[in-house]
Amino acid sequence: MLENIGINWIKKNLFNTWYNSILTIISVIFISWLGSGLLTWIFTTADWTVLKDNIKLFFVGTYPVKLLWRIYLSLAIITILGGISWGIISSKTNLFNKQNLIIIFSISITSIIISLPLGRQTGITLLGLLITIISSGIIGQKYLSKVSFFTKWLSLIWVITFFLVTGLIEGGLFLEPVKIDNFSGLLLTLFIAIISIVICFPLGILLALGRQSKLPIIRWLSIGYIEIIRALPLIGILFMAQVMLPLILPPEVRPDRVIRAICGLIIFASAYLAENIRGGLQAIPKGQTEAAKALGLNTPLMLTLIILPQAIKAVIPAIVGQFISLFKDTSLLAIVGLIDLLGISQSILANPKFIGKYAEVYLFIALIYWIFCYTMSLASKKVENN
Amino acid sequence: MKPEFLIIAENVEKWYDNNFHVLRGVNLEVKTQEVVVIMGPSGSGKSTFIRTFNALEPYQKGRIIIDGITLSHDLKNIEAIRKEIGMVFQQFNLFPHLTVLDNVTLAPIWVRHWTKKQAQEIALELLEKVGIIEQAYKYPGQLSGGQQQRVAIARALAMQPKIMLFDEPTSSLDPEMVREVLDTMRSLATSGMTMVCVTHEVGFAREVADRVVLMDEGKIVEIATPVEFFSNPQEERSQKFLSQIL
Repeated sequence: MLENIGINWIKKNLFNTWYNSILTIISVIFISWLGSGLLTWIFTTADWTVLKDNIKLFFVGTYPVKLLWRIYLSLAIITILGGISWGIISSKTNLFNKQNLIIIFSISITSIIISLPLGRQTGITLLGLLITIISSGIIGQKYLSKVSFFTKWLSLIWVITFFLVTGLIEGGLFLEPVKIDNFSGLLLTLFIAIISIVICFPLGILLALGRQSKLPIIRWLSIGYIEIIRALPLIGILFMAQVMLPLILPPEVRPDRVIRAICGLIIFASAYLAENIRGGLQAIPKGQTEAAKALGLNTPLMLTLIILPQAIKAVIPAIVGQFISLFKDTSLLAIVGLIDLLGISQSILANPKFIGKYAEVYLFIALIYWIFCYTMSLASKKVENN
Repeated sequence: MKPEFLIIAENVEKWYDNNFHVLRGVNLEVKTQEVVVIMGPSGSGKSTFIRTFNALEPYQKGRIIIDGITLSHDLKNIEAIRKEIGMVFQQFNLFPHLTVLDNVTLAPIWVRHWTKKQAQEIALELLEKVGIIEQAYKYPGQLSGGQQQRVAIARALAMQPKIMLFDEPTSSLDPEMVREVLDTMRSLATSGMTMVCVTHEVGFAREVADRVVLMDEGKIVEIATPVEFFSNPQEERSQKFLSQIL
């Protein structure tokens, strides 16, 4: 029975006409030639010790070893909260539908597979995170989704967690501080990307609104900003942020180089984001503003309750696309001298012990970028459907 | 003392941005509990005229006094007047991202600062009145045109306005849905609401209106009781208009 369905599917989709049959055969030959080459390389030629020996460098860079517990704690907090949110959001649906099961299954397989090249500890950590997220997801769905405190304030809890985790990683107050400029590796990439995304989003909204403002000065300033920034290359802005910011600011103020980089990314991304959001604003019919005004809503209420929720919802795919490219653009920071994920890879490759291991290292970090970007893409689909 | 006229429009003149003279000195007074129907060919400025009452359209000359308050350019003044005027649009203009109930309770909660519970009670009462209480938790997109327009009426009424403006409320409805909306408007009129309606529904005007106004080319041609207007129009323009629509 099942066999028949499979054969029928193949007949219908791969061999339905003579030219499709030829295309299928050519593609199969090409893919198997490429795939077998890749697999042979992965399992025979490639030397994965470069990853195993530098695993800490890739993920947290030169973060002090005795303070690593803070990273683990942060990871645990985020995973638990993520799982709880997942459970609360899907409180009325099945947590383990087909798609989620596939994801869970592939993560567990991956964590076993990567134990081989990356060492057992990495695999166990990943598996632990998976178990944490699933169990907190179940707790979230079963118990916390009925507690109105959690459902009502979920986004606020995330904001607090954001500050808590950055505080935990940076230190300060009664924790031993770690200088931001000493961050490196994936930790730096995530630190920069997340802070840039969080800040550029409201800025983009303000710029988009400014561009539509009736007040000429605000409108012209917004248009000028957006058009100038969009006409500049990102790498140019990043260099300017590194070199020119100290010239403009008074000598007492010397922001960290990481902060300068974040400024550059925010300046760049907010201009693009503003244009995306403007697209959404233009899609809202005029009748919506008229109805809101006729009910006596003032402009701030009209924007926050009626216009922006609809406008942003309409352009979620474009906004997430912007966030994804912002995340990948952080790799340019290696050029301005920050040691992000790409930067740390380059310095690992510069070590005489690992010279010539380009393919292994770049394939590995490509995989890491892909995992994060694909997660964002999946999340955006979830948000769109809700 | 209660002002005798809820709406006083004196010599209202308006030019569009392209210098088109859309309102050429319009005068109208509407008494409390009166129902006025404004008719006229398209482009006569009737919709623009009623939209000046709640400042959705600005005007350049003349004066509008709503419930004793002169409409000015001051934002606070405009918002205060908008609270007292409910408006129903041709295209319904419900908020598609909110449920029917949230559509109705939004303004009372955020503008009148009622509690959510209080607003919901009144909203459900109103939805019951316009006959769609069973749709309260659906989204506007799931409703028929006639149901949407009745939600729009409930939404406007939830602010407990003194005046209701209707801007061609049945013009974008399928014929079989026109009646349910007109019935809702009729019962609203009998309950004593002050209403100004721009509509082409002759039956409604005949039966419900206290006065019928005919506008053409930005001016009022004739104001008369429905009996007089439909059986014995005084102006040549009114006769021509009626011969076209009857």
